[in-house]
Amino acid sequence: MQTLLFLIVFPILVACLLLFVKRTTIRYAVVALSALAIGGASIYLLMRYAFEGAVYFAAPSGAIDLAMVAIEMGLALFIIYMGAKFRNYLAILLAVIQAALVVYLEMTFSGSLHAANNLFIDQFSIIMALIIGLIGSLIAVYAVRYMETYHHHHPEVRDRQTFFFFVTFVFLAAMFGLVFSNNLMWLFFFWEITTISSFLLIGYSETEEATKNAFRALVMNLLGGVAFVVAIVLLAATEPTSGGIDLARVLASPDAAVVLIPVVLIGFAGITKAALMPFSSWLLGAMVAPTPVSALLHSSTMVKAGVYILVRFSPVFAGTFAGFSIGLVGGVTFLVASAIAISRSDAKSVLAYSTIANLGLIAACAGVGTYMLVWAAILLIVFHAVAKALLFLGTGVIEQRTGSRNIEDMEGLIVRMPKMAVMMFIGIAGMFLAPFGMLISKWAAIEAFVQVPFGLIFIAILAYGSAVTVFFWAKWMGKLVTVTQNTERVEKGFFEESWAPLYIITGLVIAAVFLFPVISSMLIEPYVLAIYGVTAHLADANVAIMLLMMALLLILPVSFLLFKRTARHLPAYMGGRPATPDLHFAGSLGLTREAQTRNYYLTEYFGEAKLFRPGAAVCIVLILVSWILAGVAL
Amino acid sequence: MSTMAFLKRSPWILHYDASSCNGCDIEVLACLTPLYDVERFGIINTGNPKHADILMITGGINELNRAVVRNLYEQMPEPKVVVAIGICAATGGIFRECYNIAGGVDKVIPVDVYVPGCAARPEMIIDGVVAALSILEEKRAKMTGAAQIKDDARHAAGEST
Amino acid sequence: MNWLIGAVLFLILAPIAGGLIAGIDRKITARMQGRVGPPLLQPFYDVGKLFEKERAVVTTAQNFYVLAYLIFIALSGALFFAGGDLLLIVFAFTLAHVFLVLGAYAVHSPYSHIGAERELIQVMAYEPMIILAAVGFYMVSGSFYVTEIAATTVPAILYLPGVFLGFAVILTIKLRKSPFDISTSHHAHQEIVKGITTEFSGSTLAQVEIAHWYENVFLLGFVFLFFAWNPVIGVVAVAITYLAEIFVDNVTARARWQAALKSGWLATLLGIANLAILSYMMLGGA
Ligand code: SF4
Repeated sequence: MQTLLFLIVFPILVACLLLFVKRTTIRYAVVALSALAIGGASIYLLMRYAFEGAVYFAAPSGAIDLAMVAIEMGLALFIIYMGAKFRNYLAILLAVIQAALVVYLEMTFSGSLHAANNLFIDQFSIIMALIIGLIGSLIAVYAVRYMETYHHHHPEVRDRQTFFFFVTFVFLAAMFGLVFSNNLMWLFFFWEITTISSFLLIGYSETEEATKNAFRALVMNLLGGVAFVVAIVLLAATEPTSGGIDLARVLASPDAAVVLIPVVLIGFAGITKAALMPFSSWLLGAMVAPTPVSALLHSSTMVKAGVYILVRFSPVFAGTFAGFSIGLVGGVTFLVASAIAISRSDAKSVLAYSTIANLGLIAACAGVGTYMLVWAAILLIVFHAVAKALLFLGTGVIEQRTGSRNIEDMEGLIVRMPKMAVMMFIGIAGMFLAPFGMLISKWAAIEAFVQVPFGLIFIAILAYGSAVTVFFWAKWMGKLVTVTQNTERVEKGFFEESWAPLYIITGLVIAAVFLFPVISSMLIEPYVLAIYGVTAHLADANVAIMLLMMALLLILPVSFLLFKRTARHLPAYMGGRPATPDLHFAGSLGLTREAQTRNYYLTEYFGEAKLFRPGAAVCIVLILVSWILAGVAL
Repeated sequence: MSTMAFLKRSPWILHYDASSCNGCDIEVLACLTPLYDVERFGIINTGNPKHADILMITGGINELNRAVVRNLYEQMPEPKVVVAIGICAATGGIFRECYNIAGGVDKVIPVDVYVPGCAARPEMIIDGVVAALSILEEKRAKMTGAAQIKDDARHAAGEST
Repeated sequence: MNWLIGAVLFLILAPIAGGLIAGIDRKITARMQGRVGPPLLQPFYDVGKLFEKERAVVTTAQNFYVLAYLIFIALSGALFFAGGDLLLIVFAFTLAHVFLVLGAYAVHSPYSHIGAERELIQVMAYEPMIILAAVGFYMVSGSFYVTEIAATTVPAILYLPGVFLGFAVILTIKLRKSPFDISTSHHAHQEIVKGITTEFSGSTLAQVEIAHWYENVFLLGFVFLFFAWNPVIGVVAVAITYLAEIFVDNVTARARWQAALKSGWLATLLGIANLAILSYMMLGGA
């Protein structure tokens, strides 16, 4: 239990320490060392608890519960203050409702508001802890140098770096708390902390746009928060059968119908936090924040909290129409967000839509919730976290170095920043190509949906969705690998320390493929087995083939040596026009013109304006349907 | 592999119409029609210098297409041959005296076969291509020979050091 | 051990079979157009010739991607004939095509770039239908493994007529046949020169061609699965399907990419409708 407490408390201590560190070098040392400590502790956690199944800890209660409520009230006041300052009355309203509900809960149900065990750990929590502890802290390390350069490039933004790192580490602490809590009140507390943290981080630059988007994130997440409290109230009211606020008891509750409504509400909170449609806009708006924030929100924290809760409760969803409906919300989100990603040329925007899409897919698996799908969902969480972190951090480096994060401007990156390009290449491959992780999960999801009644809907969604995914990733990849001539290399001499996290995460993306059988058999399968009594795994022969493919991919670049010597180099064909290597040619009237290559964005078919609203509308209907169905089931 | 000589059986052509009256141009296209069906000989009109073995040019050289003709020729991988079709391509033909005409194709690139006629008849064009094939084959033999010699030299150098 | 024999036989025989099929294809096409056409072995002459040509590149990297394309096409075909998991095969197949596309992107040439984009549109157009076809086979045979699908005694075609028709549509895309030969074509392709293969020459182009042979054999194998319960009918059906593709190739003009994308996706809808009816029947406990 010490390790659990350490992982929750230590980041908070570091956060407080960082409030007083003003020099970048010292901050770098502090952050790097604590990242080491946090990463080490999460790995220790893995070794200590991996084989123990679910372990519960009583953990001190009483005073802590009170403190939590006090902090929640404080946060509500803070939101009211901020809301008043920026005239966002919706935020105030939601904060007041939420606070009132919490007070009502404490007053009315104080008797049933305790869990036998406040903390617990099982294999799923370990996986989450590893993601937060490794990826999250690596992002924090990267952020130190990034923020220094950021302020260099943006002198107009007030330098609040101490505050920035304070919030970042509080965020990590809250995430750890969230995945270790067995007490739903605790879980809700940490849930709210992540909401506030992301609000503060998104609004970091204090521009009008940033503030607006921060409030959007806040409002949407508060909406989820309100649903969460209502769910707790309902659970507390039905304590004897539903299990009250004890997560383990709720999951094991014999009366599925009673539990279903609160769980669907918590699922709704998960949907808001995971930025599924119609709540995707907060995550898209979050792009205004400095890149490490995006990386954090998209890969290891925040949205992962949303899908964590969905997957956690998927045994309750399993086999219910309400769950199926939530799964459909995920499915529609997956399809629509993937399609919109085609039309985006801003790298961060593509990444954001792809995140939304993948979260949708995870939610689809969690909502339908058969054992194979839960297995696939957890795999998706793991692989997505690693690859997405790499892509965001890479985009950050590219933006700071070349001054643009437009995909079109990444043309020839393989020449200009070869190392960075290779890392981005691996990251993108990790998102959609065999034998990388995301694809394994999609594959598993297809095999699983076949066996579900009405699973055909999801199969169709997956079939179209993955085709679309191939399109937008591959064309980005193509830009990266274009070998432009006469371009200079701009990689050197640029915040060198930041490369370390990038290298490590790149290593993780590749390692994840090789370790995937281990991750699966050591962590995911036991977890699924413990809950469903059966488990899924890929056939050994297929795993072998995947590894073979990966090995091939790693060996293939060696073939470059074969080609080097004899080939004659010709310029590209330009319809017979003599052209310079960088595609300048003599046009009509003797003017020199340049041929440029641009990708297809097919806005006419896949534009945001065209797809977002219909997608959101369908999802709203589906969410309402899930509530109605949960009510009917009762 | 070098003795197999597939090249003769699979000559792919690139057709460029330089400064002509388009008469020969049409005759070249006629070769591809069912009546003459040059695909019988494995001939394909690729429209892409990087894939082509035979460059067929109709019409003469003027100041605007000079660079284009050279560029097309340079873009073709070795071994390659050039067939100049019609009198225009050979000498500039009836346009010879025009202010902008430099003359035949050989003013810019080496020509291997001249097909006479105004316009050149499809039969003649096919004959020209067949004649070009043996030149192509010669060039290939020379090329592999040269590569062989170069290779041997490298090996010899490698062993001596 | 059977699986190994299947894979090895595929790796050795598929280029031969693929080349012959291409030769027959060209012969039949010529006859349809009232021509004599090239010798049957013409495709082999062509590839042999390409290997004799000088090595010329725009960038050395292009060779790498094309080699990877060839290897992964051969691999996915080999997996197919080894009786592997159909979904895995489909994904390996996609990986291979991504490599081809990357090769075309790598050269930084306008024509090749447009070819690459169009190729990606083709991938987007056919991928859903291929996945769906795999799912269809699962519903009929209860397995994703080619071995077991091929061994079923159930005539899959009777359960999956819609899926088969849909597959036939995307087969046109995959075989690079008109009207969907938008990214590159065996016929003269003037508006974007040779599209995706514009900058590949000599042995690199030969590798693309060989990969295409592998691919065709694999695709015909896929068609065969619909009729696998009776090998004789299967072979005949595959032949008829291919003839139909040649016929379509000769009577249609090249369509725009929009049409290709829409056709591919509509074909998938047909497949989905088929599977929906099928699963309804299964649920009903027929
Ligand atoms: S040779 Fe005669 S037919 Fe041919 S292009 Fe010249 S003028 Fe025309």
